[in-house]
Amino acid sequence: MMGLRLTWRKFSRDKLAFTGSLIILSLIFTAALAGVLAPHPEDVYSIHPGERLQPPSAKHLFGTDSMGRDIFSRLLFGARITLIIAIIAVGASMLIGVPLGLLAGYYENWLSEAIMRVADVFLSIPQIILAIFLAQSLGPSIHSVILALSVTYWPWFTRIVFAETRALKKTSFIEATEALGAGRLRTILLHVLPNVSSPIIVRSSIGMGFTILTAAALGFLGAGAQPPTPEWGVTIAESRQFLPDAWWYATFPGLAIFLVVMGFNMLGDGLRDILDPRIRRGLD
Amino acid sequence: MDRSRDNALLSVNRLSVHFHTDRGLVRALDHADLRVSRGEVVGLIGESGSGKSTLARSVLRILPFSAQIAEGDITLSGENLLAMKESDLNARVRGRGITLIPQDPFTSLNPVFTIGTQMEDIVKWKGSAGIGEGAAGAKVIEILERVQIPSPKDQIGKYPHQLSGGQRQRILIAMALLPGPDLVIADEPTTALDVTVEAQILQLMKSLVVGKGISVLFITHDLGVASQICHRIVVMYAGQDMEEAPVDVLFSHPRHPYTKELLESLPNPEGTIRDIPGEVPNLTQPPPGCRFHPRCSRANALCAQALPEKKSVAEGHWVRCLYPLEA
Repeated sequence: MMGLRLTWRKFSRDKLAFTGSLIILSLIFTAALAGVLAPHPEDVYSIHPGERLQPPSAKHLFGTDSMGRDIFSRLLFGARITLIIAIIAVGASMLIGVPLGLLAGYYENWLSEAIMRVADVFLSIPQIILAIFLAQSLGPSIHSVILALSVTYWPWFTRIVFAETRALKKTSFIEATEALGAGRLRTILLHVLPNVSSPIIVRSSIGMGFTILTAAALGFLGAGAQPPTPEWGVTIAESRQFLPDAWWYATFPGLAIFLVVMGFNMLGDGLRDILDPRIRRGLD
Repeated sequence: MDRSRDNALLSVNRLSVHFHTDRGLVRALDHADLRVSRGEVVGLIGESGSGKSTLARSVLRILPFSAQIAEGDITLSGENLLAMKESDLNARVRGRGITLIPQDPFTSLNPVFTIGTQMEDIVKWKGSAGIGEGAAGAKVIEILERVQIPSPKDQIGKYPHQLSGGQRQRILIAMALLPGPDLVIADEPTTALDVTVEAQILQLMKSLVVGKGISVLFITHDLGVASQICHRIVVMYAGQDMEEAPVDVLFSHPRHPYTKELLESLPNPEGTIRDIPGEVPNLTQPPPGCRFHPRCSRANALCAQALPEKKSVAEGHWVRCLYPLEA
């Protein structure tokens, strides 16, 4: 889109975005190679009652859980679940939310009103409550979590795309495009969408963090992934009855969630600074 | 106006346009006529809110969703544009027969694409079918040379924000000329520019269209600008067309009281500043009849009864007034 080199230069200079993307790259790396990196890959599901609740050691880097499973190995496999949930949920939210936002922003009629009011209804209920309700009624599982998160996160995309599209409609290049004989589809896809892509990218990154947090919360509350899935929220839920003695049990999955969510938020904030056209112009 | 003239390229007859707004129905255009012949530059002059931009947008049918063409017809080379299907309009009129030079050079180019990309896109999309990548690029360079962009090859990789207002306006002119239109609608193309740049752009437009068989509908609120480029001028006020005359006649012998007031409110060397008494009417409740009558010194009760018919006062000169000024 814009000067790719310029974007890269700003990106590599932006500490926030850079650190964020390092964290996320390691998450992706971890998720992809969990099978190779994990010291005890079989420990994800097989239990060893004799080694239960052991503190961190050379053999079990992050200690063991109440079933004697290696927490470090389970965390690595949990990264995979976390990433899959976040990617699918954010991707689906984007697929639903962006076209709706474009339509609502481009047209100024009852359809836009209908779309935005429905979005408002979703936004007026805290996402976690709506997600718990949905995941519970669908039966707690990873699939329900993904569905619940997609259904509850799309309005964020709709809102932001709607606002950007409305603002864009006031600039005269959209009118100039229509004066050239661009049909509505052409105008929306070739001219509006590229101009709203920056906020979509930023929102996706922040949404990934948000979604991971909510997925973990659902797991923790028992409305999401179920034991013995090595999902991070589930692991923290399991650890509750062994606190504070088995401190490592909750600490390491907690840290993992914290790091990943922070990584996505940092990347999102950094991207916003880089992609914002006003800041971009200021630096030229 | 002589209606039998058959070389009219664009003809707008008794066009009324309404906007549905929260404040009520805005009657932005009231039975306005317009005629542009081949190769002619026609100025459409009026204050803000006089309906000149609405008229231009009606021709391309790119009015906002809230607008409604209530009455009238628009024909291009004899073809009824108001009856034309949207897809035909896109295929044959917009960006082909008629192009637009937008008002604001700063927001009229897509900020996320280079100007080269945007222009080549027009060539490939609007030009003859199957034009190759290289040919499109060459055509863009050629047209940029014609609008006097210095070293066009270095400019095509730039983004709009890297260019000055004058350069952007040159590019917008180039884009309007790319498809080889019959009619170019220039919507206040110099309003956003410095005076010196304005003069250059006017000069450029003149050299590119005058005598080239391209008609121009030149919209402006600036009588000085209009006098430099137009053959004929139509004066609009509050959605009504008031007077039409060849440019020198309009300046020397205005017949409509409004035109005269407008000319007298121009800045002059004596430094006296005059304005027209009263205010531009609210178009949700426009004055009946001639919309200028509440501010007109010659008006009487008859003026408020009905929209005056056009009165021909000389060859190519008419006035919509019951009591026109003496020549």
